[in-house]
Amino acid sequence: MVLIVVMALAGYFIYNSEKTDSNFHFKYGLDLAGGTELVYEADIGGVSTGDIDDSMQTLRDVIERRVNLFGVSEPIVQVEKASIFSGGGSEYRLIVELPGITDVQEAIRLIGQTPTLEFKLLKGNITEDSTPEEMAKAFVDTGLTGRYLESAKLEFLNGRGQVGNEPIVVLNFNQEGTDLFAKITKENVGNVIAIFLDNSVISTPVVRQEITGGTAQISGGFTAEEARDLARNLNFGALPVPISLASTQSVGSTLGNDTLNQGVLAGIIGLGIVSLFLIFWYRLSGLLSVLSLGLYMVILLSLFKLIPVVLTASGIAGFILSIGMAVDANILIFERIKEEIAGGRDIRESIKEGFRRAWPSIRDANITSLLTAVVLFWFGTSLVKGFALVFGLGVIVSLFTAIIATRFFMLSLSIEKRFWLKTGISK
Amino acid sequence: MFIIKYKKIFLSIAGVLMFASILSLLVYGLNFSVDFTGGSVLEVLYTDRPDIQMVEGVIAQHVDGKYLVRPVGDTGYSIRMPYISDEIRQEISNALAEGQPGYTEEKISSVGPVISNELKNKAFVAIGIVILVIIIFVAFAFRKVSQPISAWWYGLIAIVALLHDVLIPVGIFSFLQLDVDILFVTALLAILGYSVNDTIVVFDRVRENLKSNREMHIKEPFAETVGKSLESTFARSINTSFTTLLVLLALLIIAGSAIHNFIIALLIGVVAGTYSSIFVASPLLLLVEARKNHR
Repeated sequence: MVLIVVMALAGYFIYNSEKTDSNFHFKYGLDLAGGTELVYEADIGGVSTGDIDDSMQTLRDVIERRVNLFGVSEPIVQVEKASIFSGGGSEYRLIVELPGITDVQEAIRLIGQTPTLEFKLLKGNITEDSTPEEMAKAFVDTGLTGRYLESAKLEFLNGRGQVGNEPIVVLNFNQEGTDLFAKITKENVGNVIAIFLDNSVISTPVVRQEITGGTAQISGGFTAEEARDLARNLNFGALPVPISLASTQSVGSTLGNDTLNQGVLAGIIGLGIVSLFLIFWYRLSGLLSVLSLGLYMVILLSLFKLIPVVLTASGIAGFILSIGMAVDANILIFERIKEEIAGGRDIRESIKEGFRRAWPSIRDANITSLLTAVVLFWFGTSLVKGFALVFGLGVIVSLFTAIIATRFFMLSLSIEKRFWLKTGISK
Repeated sequence: MFIIKYKKIFLSIAGVLMFASILSLLVYGLNFSVDFTGGSVLEVLYTDRPDIQMVEGVIAQHVDGKYLVRPVGDTGYSIRMPYISDEIRQEISNALAEGQPGYTEEKISSVGPVISNELKNKAFVAIGIVILVIIIFVAFAFRKVSQPISAWWYGLIAIVALLHDVLIPVGIFSFLQLDVDILFVTALLAILGYSVNDTIVVFDRVRENLKSNREMHIKEPFAETVGKSLESTFARSINTSFTTLLVLLALLIIAGSAIHNFIIALLIGVVAGTYSSIFVASPLLLLVEARKNHR
């Protein structure tokens, strides 16, 4: 009775939380909801080993800010460390999942807008007519880049450094950047330090004296809007480590929807067929195991919502497959009870004995399934992880429903011996 | 029990199938998808599908190396090609969409060589670890049963059954040149779990019967114990497989192309798993025992 109430409540929870705008909607993976996944390879060659985790964390934060800026709902940005397999050192990756964005180009643009800011010294001679190659040769890297930037902001100044109408971008360096900037300016008084944005010169100020305050100004004849965009992009922009695109995946939302609907339909039909089979073969006890199976479904679905589990196509396949496993335990038990009855035991005893004796098989079989699920989860690209998680959860829940719930149902009904004999449990 | 009586025949069938699978692997190889080889896949949908030659023409213009265009569903194409940059993909999209207002891109995936290599390694390592864990677990679960054959044999034989169950889907996928992708590996791993599950139920019965024989001081030939155990688990094995197959068949008929191959692999694996737990694992137990006692 209690179990039936639990079942009804859980069923209501699933139904209700899907209708209202609660926090417990099913979460669908990109393959079902449509969206884009980008995997970036981080080049950690220039970072000392101790700083890698920090840098990756900063990288993650920067990218996340950029993604959030564009209003993608529920983006996932995570760092993945791949080791041992690639031989030699570890590889670090950044995985960006963008639900709802199905245009890869758009997604890459959204993330990839990395303004690279560089300070270069003018060493050669250039004129207005110099070719780009000559220009590139004339400038020498100083090592000062956007990496050392702490913040950038927009200000308006006039020609003499007072508040005025010309929009400029003020750069604040961090400690390291300040020191570097001071050193460069000290050694190059009278020279030109060019400021490069995305590989083109935007400003060529002449150094008048050593600058120790750690601030620099870019005044490149911007409009107010350009200057504001630049300041914003620089704030969001300074990536601690360079990244390059390693793989992209994108699934259209129609394809995702179809897969979802077909998966659900297949699940319902599969469940229906299994229920029919169980009832046909085991009659009353079959009906009880179908009840347990119903309980199994609502518990598992509630867990999906509560944890929450991100449902993917392979996850749904895992779910449907786990139905088979859930039924298996009951079949094992019923066959065992049949044997016990055939061996001449009393019906109630047989049921208890059947459960007791079937237990070691069920336990061992389920432990191996769980072990497999754990290895799979570890193996994990998101696709496989989805399958493993659902499969593993399914095994655990099915242990509960197939044994405790079915046993409870059976024992609470097993009063009349003849009734059971008529209903197919015996041979 | 007829299975015990004709064990050599059943074992031979399994042996021949395994041999054929290995042969097919050697002759045809596996058709690895971009997950493992690196490369790009583009799935497009039209309202009014143009000729395949037109699509192939566009791809040939932009891509160096081997490519494959396949019709998907009623109005779509799936294009597989070497790893392309996103700029090139954009050019291809533009060319494919020209004069086709109903053109949509359903799926794009590009996998770089680093990731595909790593996936391949991970797949092998995962399968290896599952096998190792299972041997250890089965040997542990059967540690009290060392007569008439040692507990390790149960683990090893479970692995033979398991190899059988994995080799056959791999062989069939090789023979039919179906795509071997990450999902296929997932299916194989699921089959591993299922196969051992099945085999253990039978072995467990053998274990229980051996134990009760010992307690009641009944001397019974091993063959008879195994035969009895098989007989009493037979209905369960068939019924469980049958229900699982029903569910999988429902999936196969309804589910979309995305997991079609996955389901086929599972179907083959479940059938092979049922066969091996009944017709391979237990007969092997007897062979081991016979060899040990009649040496």
